[in-house]
Amino acid sequence: MRREHTTEALETHQAKALTIWKGMRVAVTGGTSGLGLALVRKLLDRGARVAFVARTRDAVERLTRENPEARGITGDVSKKDDIYSIAIQILGALGGLDVLVNNASALGPVPLVPLADTNCEDFEIALQTNVLGPFRLTKALLGALAASAREGARPLVLNISSDAAISAYPNWGAYGASKAALHHLSLIWNEELALQGIRVISLDPGDMDTRLHAAAVPDSDRSELKHPEDAAQELIAKIADLVSARQTNYVEAVPEVGQ
Amino acid sequence: MIAAGIAIQRPADAKLLVVDSQGRITNARRSSFPNLLRFGDVVVANDAATLPASLFGVHDPSGRPIEVRLAGSESVCPDAVKEFSAVVFGEGDYRTPTELRPSPPGLRPGDTLQLGPLKATVLRLIGHPRLVAIRFEDPPPRIWEGLARHGRPIQYSHIPMPLALWDTWTPLAGPPVAFEPPSAGFALDWRTIDAIRRRGVHVATITHAAGISSTGDEELDARLPFDEPYRIPASTAKSIRMAWAVGGRVIAVGTTVVRALEHSAFVHGSVRASTGIAVNKIGLGTSLRVVDAVLSGTHEPGTSHYNLLAAFVDEQILCKMDDVLQHDGYRTHEFGDSVFIEKTRVKCHLSGGNRSDFQLWMMDACGTDSNRRVAEIRDTLHSNRLVERLGYSCGRGL
Repeated sequence: MRREHTTEALETHQAKALTIWKGMRVAVTGGTSGLGLALVRKLLDRGARVAFVARTRDAVERLTRENPEARGITGDVSKKDDIYSIAIQILGALGGLDVLVNNASALGPVPLVPLADTNCEDFEIALQTNVLGPFRLTKALLGALAASAREGARPLVLNISSDAAISAYPNWGAYGASKAALHHLSLIWNEELALQGIRVISLDPGDMDTRLHAAAVPDSDRSELKHPEDAAQELIAKIADLVSARQTNYVEAVPEVGQ
Repeated sequence: MIAAGIAIQRPADAKLLVVDSQGRITNARRSSFPNLLRFGDVVVANDAATLPASLFGVHDPSGRPIEVRLAGSESVCPDAVKEFSAVVFGEGDYRTPTELRPSPPGLRPGDTLQLGPLKATVLRLIGHPRLVAIRFEDPPPRIWEGLARHGRPIQYSHIPMPLALWDTWTPLAGPPVAFEPPSAGFALDWRTIDAIRRRGVHVATITHAAGISSTGDEELDARLPFDEPYRIPASTAKSIRMAWAVGGRVIAVGTTVVRALEHSAFVHGSVRASTGIAVNKIGLGTSLRVVDAVLSGTHEPGTSHYNLLAAFVDEQILCKMDDVLQHDGYRTHEFGDSVFIEKTRVKCHLSGGNRSDFQLWMMDACGTDSNRRVAEIRDTLHSNRLVERLGYSCGRGL
C-alpha cells in the first residue's frame, strides 16, 4: 500500500518534471558537443524553447538542421566583442529568457601541465572562457532574467562547474582555478540577485566521456566515465525543482480602439 | 546645455533637477533618486534593449553608399524582424551632424539595398523621400545574426567615439526592440533598483520600441515621435493598480513609458496588460491619467521629448527649468544629466483602498521576507504619520 503510494508520488513528480520545461526559454552555451549537446536535445524533448551557442559555424548549422525548432548562434563566449552579439540573438530568438546554462568551458593548456609550466596565455583562455565569458553573458542577460522573475517565473543561471573547482588536482591549475572562481561567482551572485528573484547556481556534472575530458586525460578508461546524456538527465532533474515558467505568456494583441 | 560627449551611463557626478508638485525647483545628485520615492509608489521603466539599428551599405540601383537607420516596427514581438520603417542617409556617418548629411539617392519601391550580409527591399516611401518602409529578405535567424554582426547603434556627432552595443543597453534591458536607447533607464543600476525596492516601492517594466530622436530633417523631425509599439505585462498593470490602492504614485522612467501608459489608459480606460501601438503625442494640454512624475533626460526646447514635459508642468515652470539647466551647467543628450518632474498637483478625490491591499502590496514589494519588512515599514509609517495616506487614492479607475 505504502509502496504504491510512493510510486504514485514519484510518477506525479516525474510527470511534473516532464511538463515543467514546456515553453521555458533556455539558452545553452557550448551547445554542439558533450554535455551542452545532450542538454540541448533533452530540453528540446521536454518542450523547452532552446537557443544554443557554439564557436564553429558548421557544427551550429548541422545541429540546427537536425533540430529546426532550436536557434543556433555562432559565437565565442570567451571574446568580449561576441557577447552582445550572442545576447541579442538569444533574446531575438526567444523574446526573453528563463534559464541560462553557461556550459562552454576551456581547459587552459592542452595537454595539462603543472601551474609552473602553464603559459599566461593559456591561463587567460581558461579565465576568459570559464569566468569572464559567463560573467559577461549573464550580465548582458540579467535584464531579461529579471523580467522573467517579475512576470512570475523563477529564472535560473546554471554554471557548469567541476570537482576541480573544490579539490586541488595537480596539473589542473588553470582549469581548477577558473572553475573555482566561477563557483564563487555563482555563490555571490546568487546572494545579490535574490531580491530580483534570480537564482544562480553552479553544479558539477561529474567526469564525463567528452572531448574536453579526452583532451585532459587521453588515456582514461572511457567505460568508467559518465555518458553526457546521463549527466544532462541528472542536471535537468536537479534544476527542475528550482525553475518554473512564466505564469503569463505573451499578451494577446488587444484590438486598437482608434485614436 | 552642453552635450554629454562620453558614453558613460552613470557618471559619478550626474545631476538631477527636481521639480516638485508645487513647481519648486531644486538641484540634487542623480544617485539620490531613490530618496524622492515614497512607500507605495511604483517606478515603471522601459526594458527594451537597443537594436544595432544603423546599417551601412549600398543602394543597388545607383551603386551609391547609404546609411539606413531603422526607425520603427509594427510590433514588439521578436519575430517581427522582417519589416521596418527606416530613415535613409547618403554617404558619411555619425561624425557629420545629421542635419548636414547628404540625402540618399532617389529611393523607389522595389529598390534593393545591400546592407552588409543583409539584403533589403524598399516597399514604399512614407510621405518623405528619406523615410521608407523596408523588408529584409532573409529568414529571421539570419536577420538577427546580420543585425548583431553588421549593425551599429544609432549615434550622433556629439559623441566622437563609436558606440558599442553595451553602451546602449540599460541594466534592465531585455527584449531587443528599441531603435535608440530608452536612456532615462541608464540611471537605474541594480544597486539603485535594490535601494528603490527596499523603500517599499515596486519596480516594474514595460517594453516600448523607443524610436529615433532626430532625423536631421526639419519636416521629419516635426513628425517625431513616430508610432511606437509597446507591451504592458500583467505584472506591471497589477503593480500600478496596487500603487493606486495604497495612494502611491506612478513614476515613469523615460518619456516612452509616459507615452505607453497614457496610450493604454486612453484606449482601455485604465492601464491594462496589453500590447498596442502608441500613436499619441503628449504635450501641452494632454491630461495625464496615469503618470504622476517622470524621470527623464534633460531636453532642449523644440524637441518632442521637451514638448512632452509640458503635460506635467506649465510653461512658466518649464522656462524656469530651462534657466536652471542652462545656468547650472547641466549636460544634455542620452548620456547627460536628468530631470525629475512631478505633475503639478491637482485635487484628489478620496476613495477606497484597504489594509489587505496594503498587505498584498508589501508581499509583492518585499518578496518572501515581507512580514518583517511590513512591520518595519508600518512602524516607520506610524512615526511619520504617513499611515493616513493608506486607504486613500486619487480617484482613478482601478
